[in-house]
Amino acid sequence: MARIWVYAELNEGKAAPIALELLAKARDLGDAEAVALGPGAAGAAADLGKHGAKVVYVNEDPAFAEYIAEPAADTLEALVKQHSPDLILFGFTTDAREVAGRLAARLGTGLISNSLDINAKDGGFVARVPYFGGAKVADYKANGKPAIVLLRPKSVEASEVGGEAKVEQVPATIGERSKRAHILERKVEAADAVKLEDAAVIISGGRGLGGPENFPLLEALAGALGAAVGASRAVVDAGWVPYSMQVGQTGKTVRPGVYIAVGISGAMQHTVGMKASKVIIAINKDAEAPIMKMADLGVVGDALKIVPKLTEAVKAKKGK
Amino acid sequence: MKIVVTVKQVPDPNAAQGLEADNTIARDREVVLDPGDEYGIEEGLLLKEAHGGEVVRWSRGPERARDAIRKGLSMGADRGILVTDEQLSGADALLTARALAAAIKPESPDVVICATESYDGSTGMVPPMLAELLDLPQLTTAKQVEVSGSKVTIHRQTEDGYQVVEAETPVLVTVTAGIAEPRYASLKGIMAARAKEVKQLGLADLGIDKGEPAETVLAVNDAETRKAGEVVEDDGTVGVEKIMAVLQAAKVI
Repeated sequence: MARIWVYAELNEGKAAPIALELLAKARDLGDAEAVALGPGAAGAAADLGKHGAKVVYVNEDPAFAEYIAEPAADTLEALVKQHSPDLILFGFTTDAREVAGRLAARLGTGLISNSLDINAKDGGFVARVPYFGGAKVADYKANGKPAIVLLRPKSVEASEVGGEAKVEQVPATIGERSKRAHILERKVEAADAVKLEDAAVIISGGRGLGGPENFPLLEALAGALGAAVGASRAVVDAGWVPYSMQVGQTGKTVRPGVYIAVGISGAMQHTVGMKASKVIIAINKDAEAPIMKMADLGVVGDALKIVPKLTEAVKAKKGK
Repeated sequence: MKIVVTVKQVPDPNAAQGLEADNTIARDREVVLDPGDEYGIEEGLLLKEAHGGEVVRWSRGPERARDAIRKGLSMGADRGILVTDEQLSGADALLTARALAAAIKPESPDVVICATESYDGSTGMVPPMLAELLDLPQLTTAKQVEVSGSKVTIHRQTEDGYQVVEAETPVLVTVTAGIAEPRYASLKGIMAARAKEVKQLGLADLGIDKGEPAETVLAVNDAETRKAGEVVEDDGTVGVEKIMAVLQAAKVI
């Protein structure tokens, strides 16, 4: 059996959702094991075991959470040399990709980033990656030993199998000079309402809204529907709303039950992050916008008039 | 303070694209300076203006990548280095990072600035690999950069907000779009750029052996697409009615 490792990110001392998603994939590919580094690692091991990790390597040194990438890369390097896994899966997330990049450069193996899926083939691994900004997909055979692949969040569904992991304490092999990029403070900007990743309904706004002053229209509709509010890259780059709201290639990948795209043209950059939504509704004044060719319902019209009316209609319906 | 900004040319995001026979992205099409790189150049110039020093722009790519460097020199960078080699066509992230590192190392910069990820590949892997190979700490996805003496502090964009992160120079910083509004090159800048030095290096000059690529492309296919559904022209009421019907069918209301 191939030995598949998952770099299990921790979030406030618990296994992050991406870690559980990666384990579901790892189980399919061979014997799944996880590496959890940082405060809470030992506690998270039980959850990782339930999701299929047979062994969880843990160390709770606070340096893993306080410094960017280097302490984790140091420790992983030592563990990889000791245990020789066949494949290491990382999430394509802000933190994990930096650890993976440093590790792959150090091991000289390279890696495959931004993957949508990975499968076993001919004793090796083949990862599927978006190409041309998502218009095409390419199948890449991983040549590295170990193979290192970064999987986009929400590519795989997490599921419990009810196992129990053997927890193995490992040393924190942190180099003298690796405590360099020091995280001094963490600020949360995400709207306190519904989290994008967990939302059953998402309403996203783009340039077609005209300006940041019109985003409250979406917030009102989201309030009525119990939905989360997202945005396209264009409006985040323009500074209308914070990056934490960005959906797309460089933002979050979401797959809600209903996705309402308001004033978003549907550039590949955006659609790669939301096209797995169950139902897509688009409101746009341009009938020729690419989003209209992928929406289950496209409404051609003025979003600034339609959205407030829709909010009223939803409220009236819910009030009954 | 010596600042190196990495840039590359990418297929014009607004133009039709094609593939070469070996499935690498065709580079004979219209190319432009990666839009994300303009922010890096601007931030580099701002740091230079505030703290003095020199901005060196570095680029990997075909000979015409010189145009990308010229653009940066017109904006105000002092020198350019172009690494170009037949063997770099279709290079993976690690080979790119190795070539970059070999070219940058002799410059001993205080700050290396990269975009967070490119517009074409979007893998975001060159910066952490480059930081590793140059033995630099990485201050990444910065939406704000401050330099005070040898201390560099950034606001690092994260999935749910930002972090304040600090390191001593030398450092590698990756910047996000929107960190600073890229300036236009002035006529004077364009004229001055013609006299600025652009050094050209190949893999042999850098002492780099190409090595094995991290991946082999087995196939390239069209991505799955969704089918278009119903499109209605709103007349003041039908739009809302149709949306309500879809929301009810989806059991959202």
